[in-house]
Parts: sequence; C-alpha cells; structure tokens
Amino acid sequence: MRIDLNGEIVRTQARTLADLLTEQGFDAPCVATALNGDFIARSMRDATRLDEGMKVEVLSPMQGG
Amino acid sequence: MFYGVDLTSRLMLGTAQYPSPAVLLEAIEASGAEIITVSLRREGVAGAAFRNILSESRCRLLPNTAGCHTAREAVTTARMAREVFGTSWIKLEVIGHADTLQPDPFALVEAARVLCAEGFEVFPYTTEDLIVGEKLLEAGCRVLMPWGAPIGSGQGLRNPEGLRTMRAHFSGIPLVVDAGIGAPSQAAQAMEMGLDAILLNTAVAKAVDPAAMARAFGRAIQAGREAFEAGLMPRRDMACASTPVFGLAELA
Repeated sequence: MRIDLNGEIVRTQARTLADLLTEQGFDAPCVATALNGDFIARSMRDATRLDEGMKVEVLSPMQGG
Repeated sequence: MFYGVDLTSRLMLGTAQYPSPAVLLEAIEASGAEIITVSLRREGVAGAAFRNILSESRCRLLPNTAGCHTAREAVTTARMAREVFGTSWIKLEVIGHADTLQPDPFALVEAARVLCAEGFEVFPYTTEDLIVGEKLLEAGCRVLMPWGAPIGSGQGLRNPEGLRTMRAHFSGIPLVVDAGIGAPSQAAQAMEMGLDAILLNTAVAKAVDPAAMARAFGRAIQAGREAFEAGLMPRRDMACASTPVFGLAELA
C-alpha cells in the first residue's frame, strides 16, 4: 500500500505504525508520531493500523526559537 | 517564577539559526540561560548533532509549536512534544499572519484551553492585548509572553506603553517579552519596565560573534532587572540642577 510519510509518497508492507517506523529505519524511542493530523502516543503505535493514503508524520527534536 | 520553577537567569534562548552546533553550545553557556527553546521537525541533516547538545546542556527545555497556523495543529504538536521531550512545558504559538507572524489570538486561546485541561504548562506567545491576556489566564495559563516586535525583526519594543499597561494590569503574573528584540539595550528597557524575562533567538544567532552577544544580552537583562528593583527616578520635562544652589559663590 502507499502512504504519505513526512510529505513523500512511500510504498510500504507495514500494517501498523510501529511496523512502519521499523521498516523505514526510524529510531522509534526518539521520535513523535501523528496520523492524519492527530497525535499517536508511543504506547498506541502497535495498535494503530495503516490504510492506503494515510498521512503519517514522524518528527524529531530540532532547533527552535 | 514559571509554574513553580525558580530560575537565576531571566534570559530564555532560542536554538535556531546558529552557524554550527558548537557555536550554539558556546552561546548557551555564555548567555547564562537556564531555559532553551526547541522544536519538532522532520529529521534534517543536523539533527543528530543537535540532540547531542540537548543531552550535554543542563538547560530546561521549552518546546515550541512554531509554524502552526491552527489550534488543531498546535495541540497535536504540543502532545508530540510532551512525549519526545518529556516536559509539560509548551511555548504555544499559533501564527495568524504570514508577514508579521502575529499570533492568532482566537486560535491561541482555543488551543490554550485544550492544553491546560490536559495538564500542559502553557507559555503563550501573544500580543499586548489585555483582554486576550485575561482569556489566556482564564484558560489556565500562568505566564504570558507578549511580543516585542515581529519575530526576527530586531525592532525592539514597538509598543512600550502597551507593555507598561500590561505590566500594571497583570501584576503577579510572569510576563516574558518574546520576539523582536534586536539589541541588549532593548532587552534592558523591557526589564527596567518590570517585565520578568526575555526570550530571544535571532539577535544572538545572527550576531557576528554569537557567544559574545549572548553574554552581552545576559548582562543587559541582569542590569535592567537590577535597575527595576532599585527603582528608577521619575522622569521630568524640565532641567533640575543636581549640584546644590546653597553656598553658590557670587562672582558676577
């Protein structure tokens, strides 16, 4: 299936958000996730299923003012 | 001073736009700041080096919701930041206008209500409007952060009288001037007026020598605070001789 990951269309075999992070090589404990604009807590990633066309944001600590 | 946390330094420093991570670290140390602001972004090139700085620095982190234009975006960003940074503190920005980066006060109050109810300790980036300030306090905010001037503009205090009124109206509420400060003298001016702290970024990051500028700001803010505590003399329209007239020789 294809999803939108951080603004790019990505083909994935992952069924859950947790699987997607592993598949795409993210350092899961160091990132925060959102699905279709809603925050998904770390503890909910295993139970969060992905569907075609979903919008996933995976964010990391960065510089800010 | 802020949500039960007492601090020595009244300078809060942003971490963006520095020439290198090493310069950022020097600037943080030279400034004496105990709070630094951070953000959440898609992974970029300098991400790993920046996270090393966060682990080395002893500063308390204040994550922001910079770049959010709706209450919903800001609320989602705040929830993500709380998990990643492990703090309930959030610098709440909801931008209303692309050119001025002026806060959208309606969306700001709406987001503040949601976040305060969820246990966040919200630092709202707002204007000097008293009614917006009151609504933010009603929502549960215990700090207000009025702008000095548009973000990154370096104009200083565009509306000092408005800030003075705000200080008088919200006695006992910590007020932080956030954004628009370009020079240490402008920061000192705000501190002399009795505002509690200054949050700045660009003025240090874009200085020729960021660490030296960070030190200058730290000192100016401390001097301004000391002047406020010492009590400034009243301003007069006319001259008033400081040397006594009594005992003046008659030489004419």
